[in-house]
Order: sequence, then structure tokens, then C-alpha cells
Amino acid sequence: MPKQPEMEHSDAESTRGQSASDAQFLAFVLGSEEYAVDILRVQEIRSWEPVSRIPNVNAYEKGVVNLRGAIVPIIDLRERFNLGLSEYTPVTVVVVLHTRDDSGKQRIMGVVVDAVSDVVDVDTSTVQMTPDFGARVSTEYLNGIVSVGERMVMLLDVDKLLKLDGGNDAREI
Amino acid sequence: MTIDMAQFHQVFFEESFEGLDAMESGLLNLDMGDVDEEAINTIFRAAHSIKGGSGTFGFTSVAEFTHVMETLLDEMRDGRRQITQGAIEILLGSVDCLREMLMAIQSGQEIDTVRVAGHKKALDTELDGQGNTTSTLANDSADQCLGESATVIMPATAVQGWRIAFSPHAHLLKTGNDPVRMFRELAELGELSVRVDFQGVPDFHQLDPEECHLSWDLQIIGDISREQIDDVFDWVEEDCDLAVQALTVQQPVTQPSGDVVKDRPEPVAESPEPTEVAPLKAELPAPSRKQHKPVAKNVPARPAGSSSIRVDTEKIDNLINMVGELVITQSMLSLVGEHFSINRLDQLKSGLAQLERHTRELQESVMNIRMLPINFVFTRFPRLVHDLSAKMGKKITLEMTGEQTEVDKTVIELISDPLVHLVRNSLDHGIEMPEQRLAAGKPETGKITLNAYHRGGNIVIEVCDDGRGLDKQKLQAKAIEKGLIEDNMPITEQQIFELIFMPGFSTAEQLSDISGRGVGMDVVRKNIQTLGGNIEIKSEQGQGSVFAIHLPLTLAILDGQSIAVGDETYIVPLVSIIESINVPEDMVNRVAGKGETFRLREEYLPIIRMHEIFSVENVRATKLSEGLVVVVEGQGVRCGLFIDDLLSQQQVVIKSLEANFRRVEGVSGATILGDGSVALILDIPGLVRLSNQQAAKAQQYYAETA
Amino acid sequence: MASILAVDDSASMRQMVAFTLKGAGYDVVEAVDGEDALSKAKSGKFDLVVTDVNMPRKDGITLIKELRQLGDYKFTPMLMLTTESGTDKKMQGKAAGATGWIVKPFNPDQLLKTINKVLG
Repeated sequence: MPKQPEMEHSDAESTRGQSASDAQFLAFVLGSEEYAVDILRVQEIRSWEPVSRIPNVNAYEKGVVNLRGAIVPIIDLRERFNLGLSEYTPVTVVVVLHTRDDSGKQRIMGVVVDAVSDVVDVDTSTVQMTPDFGARVSTEYLNGIVSVGERMVMLLDVDKLLKLDGGNDAREI
Repeated sequence: MTIDMAQFHQVFFEESFEGLDAMESGLLNLDMGDVDEEAINTIFRAAHSIKGGSGTFGFTSVAEFTHVMETLLDEMRDGRRQITQGAIEILLGSVDCLREMLMAIQSGQEIDTVRVAGHKKALDTELDGQGNTTSTLANDSADQCLGESATVIMPATAVQGWRIAFSPHAHLLKTGNDPVRMFRELAELGELSVRVDFQGVPDFHQLDPEECHLSWDLQIIGDISREQIDDVFDWVEEDCDLAVQALTVQQPVTQPSGDVVKDRPEPVAESPEPTEVAPLKAELPAPSRKQHKPVAKNVPARPAGSSSIRVDTEKIDNLINMVGELVITQSMLSLVGEHFSINRLDQLKSGLAQLERHTRELQESVMNIRMLPINFVFTRFPRLVHDLSAKMGKKITLEMTGEQTEVDKTVIELISDPLVHLVRNSLDHGIEMPEQRLAAGKPETGKITLNAYHRGGNIVIEVCDDGRGLDKQKLQAKAIEKGLIEDNMPITEQQIFELIFMPGFSTAEQLSDISGRGVGMDVVRKNIQTLGGNIEIKSEQGQGSVFAIHLPLTLAILDGQSIAVGDETYIVPLVSIIESINVPEDMVNRVAGKGETFRLREEYLPIIRMHEIFSVENVRATKLSEGLVVVVEGQGVRCGLFIDDLLSQQQVVIKSLEANFRRVEGVSGATILGDGSVALILDIPGLVRLSNQQAAKAQQYYAETA
Repeated sequence: MASILAVDDSASMRQMVAFTLKGAGYDVVEAVDGEDALSKAKSGKFDLVVTDVNMPRKDGITLIKELRQLGDYKFTPMLMLTTESGTDKKMQGKAAGATGWIVKPFNPDQLLKTINKVLG
């Protein structure tokens, strides 16, 4: 069974069009693959700005920035999943997401991606959970795969992805 | 209309706990000889409110339990019952029991019914044993009796309708009761006909328009009980002459109540005849109690962690004023900005100065909101001292000063346990037994003093006792026996006192259940240090001891020194900085597995190279001579931090790194600097741990590769 | 819509009463004790007062007595919220000029029914 993306906001219906199984996802590029997150989890999209480093953490945990008074960590997804070189230019994009941990506590985090492609409408009933289809990101962090026109887009599970237990989950292929 | 009563539960719990605290301190302060009426009234009122609230919110067991307490207190209040020490102890026990009941309900747990029953029995026994017991009867059973008697008088099914002669007294309107309201209610019960009697109306020149001179003859037909009629006139029975008369066909009213009428009476064609006139009795049943149904049990308890704070309205008003001023300054500045020219520079400067002042004041006021009087912690001690001294057979009075000293809410929450431990310690080990005190030429009753005051940016809380004081020789002997210190080591008085904070160190020959509860003074000190404070001991053998806790006023702001290490800026809490010095290379010793140390006066201090321990790039100073060593101290550990440079000193607002990330060793939090960037705040003990780990790793590596 | 002054020193009871009455469309002003209520009553005009009896600073009975002295509240309905099941308090209240009472514990429906009854 495909996992339904969580509907958290009461106004979710109106933003998702007529059909209840429709959901919108923000798609972005990591290396040569395309991923997407539930748009309701996206707080904002920012350009890269220098971070304050945090000592003795994983290399993909780039540091923290001040986001309107909150201390927000910035995670480089490209680095986390070994998806190519990380260069930081003013056009590098940071997607600010909110996540919820097991105890229901909400956190805000920024993830660095290569580029944001677009917002895609997904009929959630067409989401497939293929056991293993060779993506660089472990299936553990995926809610499924969906085809958008010619493209294959992998839906990321934001909560699991950003658990930040300090582990390193990139897969060697 | 359905209303989710659960939304009021949290407030109910909060106010009930406050009420219980008030009851407790009131009971403890009751002077048996000369009872202050207001004091007992305050205790009564708290019980009364809890009873009312618990009944309303459906916590029946609490309501029942509190009812017994209330009855007892009511009798005391009225002077019908003597206030005895025994009764006070029972009431104190009941306060505890009630608190546990409420806590159980709040957290969704089962109530310990056995314990509750035990306390209730004690209350009942007290209630029966002494004083006037009529009140219980008068209060509760009265309703039931009257309720029964009402049914006896008038089996409802027998009635066709009622005839009511209603003559209000002249003042009725001045009680806010409008006859029209009563007619409206009657009309809802059945078919009502009203005939007004103008006879009582005086001549116009004598007429007072605020008085009621009319009377009415009412007839109502329908299957209506006498109770329903009485309910309508319940509020005005004293303010009118009322005669209610049943309209029936047969069914004499005097029939014994045991006689059940099975069939409905035959419908009567003609107008029913009055058979009896029953003047309304003075004692009418209270509005039907059956209506009360306990509401929503098993309501999910709010998570215990949710916390709220009560803020003095004055503080809020103050805040609003400041925001107002800030808005004015802001609009002034934007005006200057819109039409800026160089000759308005002065205006801009003064505007900015104003902005700075307002911002600072606003910050102070906001911080002030989190400040609560230390009394929140102190209030539990009278009870503690009362109970424990009774248990140990000691005579002790407790004095408290500076209860209004304000301190941050977080400090309040975290300082409570260490303080309890210190007070227990004074009770247990400090104050001697009465006979010992007399033998030592001291007053029989010992004294414990809790004292709070501000000093500098700190709050100081002292726990003083006039007991036996610390026995230095005994402490030293014990420490030698335990191998904590060398036999012939020279040791200062303060160092001896410090011994009691060593883990596992306890001088009490036997662990008592008062203070020997597994947690020792080491935990007390650790907790205080976690709060950024420290504890000092002064003691004179035979005269007593003083334990003084020094704490920062708030945990939300600290005075920081910013330091530069490569591209990074870190904040070091100013309180932990001892000095900063240049350390020449030749003063440094390198020890395998222990890193570098240098000698500062009589001490060898480890050097922590910040850029190494935090892997910072682009450092300016790699040799000791190129940078600075800042000597810092935290939780009794000293070390030297090797950094590039000292920057400025500033007050910083502490922000949590864990809120969105996780705990990081060596870092206690983060803050936002003036330029909007983030700087991490260093945690000195954490850095020392980190440094030791890295040194150990390095040594392991060295051992493996060598 | 009619305006009601709700007086209780217990925040939970006060909030429950206010919430219930507001939900039914009444304008509700809350007061924390008799003193507070008296000053609020003087600075406004209410169609009904519903007050707890046992309160610090000024109890409900004294409040009612003092309100009745004011021209504005000569005929205003004033209800006591009382847990006292004995007749004492009720009688004291009546003597002070109370219109009637609502016996605690009560639920929102009972409260609303009584208030509606009085305000018509």
C-alpha cells in the first residue's frame, strides 16, 4: 500500500484541488536524480548564506543560521547521500522544512539542494513503493516513487530524513 | 449546547494546587490559642473552591472527599468546633491526599482509593468524635429529606393541574425577580391562565412605582408535579404569599406515600375542583439535584510538561508602555529616513540612541516576566520542617526572609530539589535533639533560616541552622579512611568542608530516611552547577552552619566574552573567565595521553587548543606565542583555552541549539550576534571532557602504532 | 444581546461560566472578586450579575447588597453561585437582595437554562 502523505493542515484540501487524493510536492534536483517533499512541509526557500559551523558533527551538517531569531541547522542533502560535489554559490538553494520527531516536537531545518525544479501535482493513488530501484537515497527515507510526465520523482519522508541522530546513511552503489 | 469541559481542567488543576498550598500554609500557621478568623476562612475558601470546581468538572471522588474537609473546616470557622493539633494533622494529611488525587486525575492515573478511604475515615472520625455533628445533617441530608417529603405530599400522577394564589410583597421587584419571568416559566409547563388583582394598588399619590402591589390568581392545567411549581417560585418564597392548590378529581393528598397510583386519573370534563390548599413550606428543596450528572470522565490529561506562567498585570502594562514608546521611536526614525539630509544627522543619532535604550528596556522587561518570587520554592518548607521535626522529636522553628526576591522561572523549577536536600540535611545533621541542645547551653528549640537576596547579578539563597556545625576532625578522618585525601596532607578549612560534596561521602553514622536518600550532597552541588551557580559553606562547630547558594538571576541571558578562533566567533561566559595571558612555549609541558599543560603560579593547567578541538580552519594563531590563552573555570575545573584573540564583551540572549538540532559536546547553546550571525556559547566542563577524550584517543593511536 | 457580569475567584469556574454564556451569545465581563466586580459594575451597565459567594476581599453577598444600593442595579437580576446546600447562605443572599441562586455543582446546560429563564 502506498503511504498517504500526511495531511496536517486544515486548509490542505483547498490547496490540493478537487480530488482528495491529490497532493502537491516541491520537486528538486539532487545530483542527477529528482526528489520531492510534501509542499505542506516547506516553510520557505532561501538562497545559501554563510553558516556558523558546529564542531565535531557530520560533514553534511553544515552549521546553523539565524532564521528570524531561531537557530536553524543546515543540512546538505547532496553531501549526505554522496550525490556529487557541494559548491556553495549565492544561487545555491536552501529549502526550509519543518519536521516532527517521534514525540511530536516540531523542528525547523534547512536542506541544501542543487536546484528547485517545480511544484508537482501528484495523484497519491499512483504512488508506487518499489522495494529497491537503485536510487542513491535508501528506500528507508522514501515514501514512494511517482511519475510526472516523463520524469520519475522520488518522494522523501521528511521526518525520517531529518531525524539528525548523527548517523550517515548514504549508500554505496 | 455541548461544551468541552476539558478545556477548563488545566486551569482548575492549577488553581486547586495553589489552593492546596494556601491551605497547607494556613494550617501550619494556625495559632491554636488565638485563631485568626480570616486565616481559617482562607483555608475554608480553598477547600470550598476545590469542592465546587471538582463537582462541576465531574471529579466526583474529589468533590466527595473535599466535602468532608469542608464540613470540618466550616465548623471550625463557625466556632462550633475546637481547633486541635490532632485535627490540624488530619487536615494536613488530607491536603496531601487531595493533592495526590488531583495529580492522579491530571495525569490520567488511577486514584489510590485505599489511601483516600483511609484519610476520609480519619476525617469522618474527627467529625463524629468532637463538636457539633448537626451540620452534616443540616447540610446534606436535609435535601434528601425534603426531596422525599415532597413526593409524599403529592404523587404527581394524581394531579390535573394547579391553582396558585401569588401575592408578591412590595419589595419583590427589588430582588430582581420579575413576576413575568415566573409566568413565562409556568406557561412552558402547561396551559396557563392569569387573572390579576388590582385591589392592593394604592391611590396614585401614594403609589411608589418601584414597588409591587399587584397579586395574581393563576391556574395551570397539565401533568405537572408540585416540585416543578415549587421550582418556579423557589427564589421568591420569602418575598411573597403563595398558596398552591392541587386540582384533582379524586386522589386525596393525605394518602400514605406508600400507596402507588398505577393508573392515570380519568380525564375530567368539568373544571377540576380544588381539594386542598397547601401553603408553601419554608424549607423547599433546592433546585433538583438529580439534574447533576458528572461530566466527561477519563478526559485525556494534558501532558504534564506543558507549563504556563502567571504574570503580574503590572508587568504586562509596563511592557505595553515600552512597546508603545518603541513604536513612536520607530515612526520617528522612518520619518527621518524618508527625507534624509546630512543636517538631520543629529536627529538620526538621537533617534538611534533612543531606539537602543528602548530595546534594552524592552529586553529587561521581557526577561522580567519570567521572574517569580523565590517564595514559590520557600512555601513548601514550613510543612517539611513541621513534619520532619515532629518525626525526629526535634524542636525547630523556621524563619524565612527575602521571600519576594525574584528569580527566573527555570531557576525556581530547578533549585527546589537541591534546597529541599539542604534543609533536610540541616534538620537531620545540623540541629541537635532538645536534650543535647539544653546540655550544650543552647535554647531547646533550634532554628533554621532560609534567606534569599540579590547580590550583584546573582541571587543568593542561604540555608542557615544554629545546630552543631560541621566537625572538621571527623570529616578529615573520614576522608582519610575513605582514601579521598592523604593522611598528612595540609588542608584548609574550606577544603575540608568541600569534602561533603564528594560522591559517596556521608558522615552520618546511620543513613536516616530524612536525608540519607541515596542522593548526596554531590548531587546537590552538581544540580546547582548545572544552573551556573555554586555553593559555599560556612560553619562553626557548636554554633551552626550556613550553606549559601549563588545563582545567576536568569538562565536566558548571560554576560559573554566573544572570542575569535579562525573564521569562527564563540562566546565564553564572562563568569567563567579568570584571566587571559600569553603563555611562552617554554612554560608548556607535553604529557603523552594528557595533552599539554602549563604552570600558572602553583597550578598545572591543561591547554585546550580551540582550533584543534573544534577543527576550525583558517586559524591565525597556531603557536602559543601568536595567540592568547584564556584561563577559565567551570564546575571546579580549570583550564586554558588557546584562541586567536579576544573580541568584545556583550550581553547575549541564550538560544537553544537543541530546539532544532541536538546537543553538541562543548557547546551549551547559541546566540545571535549584532550582525545577525550565530555564535556558539562554549561549555567549559564539556570542553574539558572533549579534550580528555581526544587526548585519550590520541594516546591509544600512539600506543597502537608504536 | 444582554450583558452579564460573571464574578468568581476561581479561574476555572469563571472561565467555564464566561465561555458558556459567551457561547450562547451574551456579552460577558469577568471579575475576580467582589471588589473587582463592584468597580466593573460601576463603570458599565449589566443586565445580569452572576456571582460566587465565598470570595476574598469582598464576598458575593456583600457585593449584591452594595450593588442594590446603586441606582443602576436596583432591579437587575443577580444570581448567586453557591455550593452551600444549607439554607443559610441563600437566605443571607435573599436578604441582601439576590434574585436567586444556582447550586454548584452545575453543568453548562443548567447554567444557561437558568440564565435564559431570567433574561427571558
